[in-house]
Amino acid sequence: MKQFFTFINKEFLHVLRDRKTLLILFGMPVVQILIFGFALTNEVKNSKIVVVDYAKDVASKEIINKIEASRYFEIDHVLSGTNELEKAFETGKIKMAVIFPENFNSNLLHQNKAQIQIIADASDPNQATTLTNYASSIIADYQSEMNQLNLAPYRIQSQIKMLYNPQLKGAPNFVPGVMALILMLICVMMTAISIVKEKEMGTMEILLVSPFKPILVILSKAVPYLILSTINVASILLLSFFVLELPIKGNLILLFSESILFIITCLTLGIFISVKTDSMQTAMLLSLMGMLLPTLLFSGFMFPVENMPIPLQIFSNIVPAKWYYIIVKRIMIEGLGFAAVWKETLILIGTTIFLLFISLKSFKIRMS
Amino acid sequence: MRILRFLLIKEFKQIFRNRAILAIILAMPVIQLIILPLAANYEVKNINLAVIDNDHSDYSRDLITKVTSSGYFRLTGYSQSYRKALHSVEEDKADIILEIPKNFEKELLTENQQQLFITINAVNGTKAGLGGGYISSIIQEYNNQIRIKNIVPDKFNPMPVIEITSSNWYNPNLNYQLYMVPGVLAMLVTLVGGFLSALNIVKEKEGGTIEQINVSPIKKYHFILGKLIPFWILGNVVFGLGLIVSWIFYGIVPLGSILLLYGFVVLYLLAILGFGLLVSTFCETQQQAMLIMFFFIMIFVLMGGLFTSIDSMPEWAKTVSRFNPVSYFIDVIRMVIIKGSTFQDIKPHMLIIICFAIVLNFAAVLNYRKTS
Repeated sequence: MKQFFTFINKEFLHVLRDRKTLLILFGMPVVQILIFGFALTNEVKNSKIVVVDYAKDVASKEIINKIEASRYFEIDHVLSGTNELEKAFETGKIKMAVIFPENFNSNLLHQNKAQIQIIADASDPNQATTLTNYASSIIADYQSEMNQLNLAPYRIQSQIKMLYNPQLKGAPNFVPGVMALILMLICVMMTAISIVKEKEMGTMEILLVSPFKPILVILSKAVPYLILSTINVASILLLSFFVLELPIKGNLILLFSESILFIITCLTLGIFISVKTDSMQTAMLLSLMGMLLPTLLFSGFMFPVENMPIPLQIFSNIVPAKWYYIIVKRIMIEGLGFAAVWKETLILIGTTIFLLFISLKSFKIRMS
Repeated sequence: MRILRFLLIKEFKQIFRNRAILAIILAMPVIQLIILPLAANYEVKNINLAVIDNDHSDYSRDLITKVTSSGYFRLTGYSQSYRKALHSVEEDKADIILEIPKNFEKELLTENQQQLFITINAVNGTKAGLGGGYISSIIQEYNNQIRIKNIVPDKFNPMPVIEITSSNWYNPNLNYQLYMVPGVLAMLVTLVGGFLSALNIVKEKEGGTIEQINVSPIKKYHFILGKLIPFWILGNVVFGLGLIVSWIFYGIVPLGSILLLYGFVVLYLLAILGFGLLVSTFCETQQQAMLIMFFFIMIFVLMGGLFTSIDSMPEWAKTVSRFNPVSYFIDVIRMVIIKGSTFQDIKPHMLIIICFAIVLNFAAVLNYRKTS
């Protein structure tokens, strides 16, 4: 046991000596949580649109004002005719066009019927649908104001209550997701590199001939990163509490324990990668290029897992970040207790034991 | 020129000797491009709905059928109480609770007014907003039906009606993959170019071989070019493979000119490789280079407009994304492939990328001189 601590101490000195790495390791998550916590949102707003107003009458002006006033749209410019439309769309920034025909108001008043045409840039289909819906509902509002439909009989009102995130902000969704993403990649990468480095330099052989169990050699490499990552979790939580104003609704100790569990899972994944690879470059490319986008997509915070094809839904289960994201979301945002996350906890524990087991097995074979 | 040729041969030999890395460079982007766009779907469909029907009348049943047959909602079950329904939200089995009060039908007909209670899990604000919007408009429609059923209609309709006709340009079938595949391809090309170049010079530093190069008659620009050209070629190959994959697996053929697309990528790769080189001149170890690259690539990915729209970001974040070369690439690749934009349309993007390429590479060469 004393030897083990000596080893950990040695590894710690290694890590602490490299000031630059340490600075990046602590600074990076802080900056990222801040940027993403404030900037990321799936909401569609401030979309630039063009208006073609052939009518230029009271009604068309009023509707244009209403559209302009909503936070979804920003009128970029007004075109004099539809022949310039294509150009506007192809040069980039315009997402939608609203077209009023001639005599819009007089048609509305005399024939009780008038038309508005909406053209959306559907290269982004979701945005196109959303914007068309927003514009339609703004126009429908205008119409019902005209008609004072509210006085109609048999009125059904719906009272909507938004749970957990009444202001519909992006942060409650993105912060747990980004946390899972950052912790996962940093932990996997750091352990993977530090073990492969010894292999590449040839110092691993020396360690292994020492009267010291291989498993302890490996574990002692993971411990410093466990401690560093725990400090990272703490700084992320402090930031999201004080700067992003995201209160931690559930039990803090539970959240911390789960985070430590997740860190351990990722560290074992790093050990597994380092056992399977021979050079630092391979280990790094595998853990970053191979894992960045899959982790991002399959953890479920960007795109709902239930929308994916069934094989990919099944695949998503082996991404540890998915389970951690669910755990953080439930404890931190929804304020639930252990009863709501025990299944996910067991999965993480199982993954850790499994990875540790096969790493040890293939490690022994390699070195014999 | 001869020196450069030898250097290139050396670099290529090093790349081809390491099978694992070659596989990562070529196979990984292809596999990811085949799989990932299938996972990146933000259609808000299949919203799980729990219903508390305290009324059990014809009206309440009609309403429930109307909601579930809309295609947006999936009825996951009836709950007896709000507490139980809330529990199913906590377990992620339901996203929305619709509660119909007792005597809904009777009071609606006698008192002219009735309320429905809707509770939405809003951790994901967008999903909640859209789900709430859908269910409200279905209820509105249902409300109109009831009015039509119960009010004797006038012979003519005195209320003015605004008809809205909408059309979707460039992607009339609203195919989400057409949108995602080019974006993911842009990302993968960036990952390959950025990571490889960032690692490479550092590797020579860490291995000590850079000292030998420094004392040899190799000029600095030879050295830099020797590092840059192989990855530049590989990046172009990966991009070509990506275009083929998106054609075979997703049937996506660029509407605009492929030549124009390649013309942009050729310049873009110079910029991103320059960035990788710059990072590697700042670092002493591969670990540091990876960490810094990871830091930037994550910002590039998440703020590049690949998944979330840049328009919706706050002003300061829009400014940040103006310094993100990836955001220009994603813009251009989508414009040329989906809309068939021409050289005139993407000229501003191209000029900016050329600036990036010049500034980044120049900085890398300058900084490399200082440190060696």
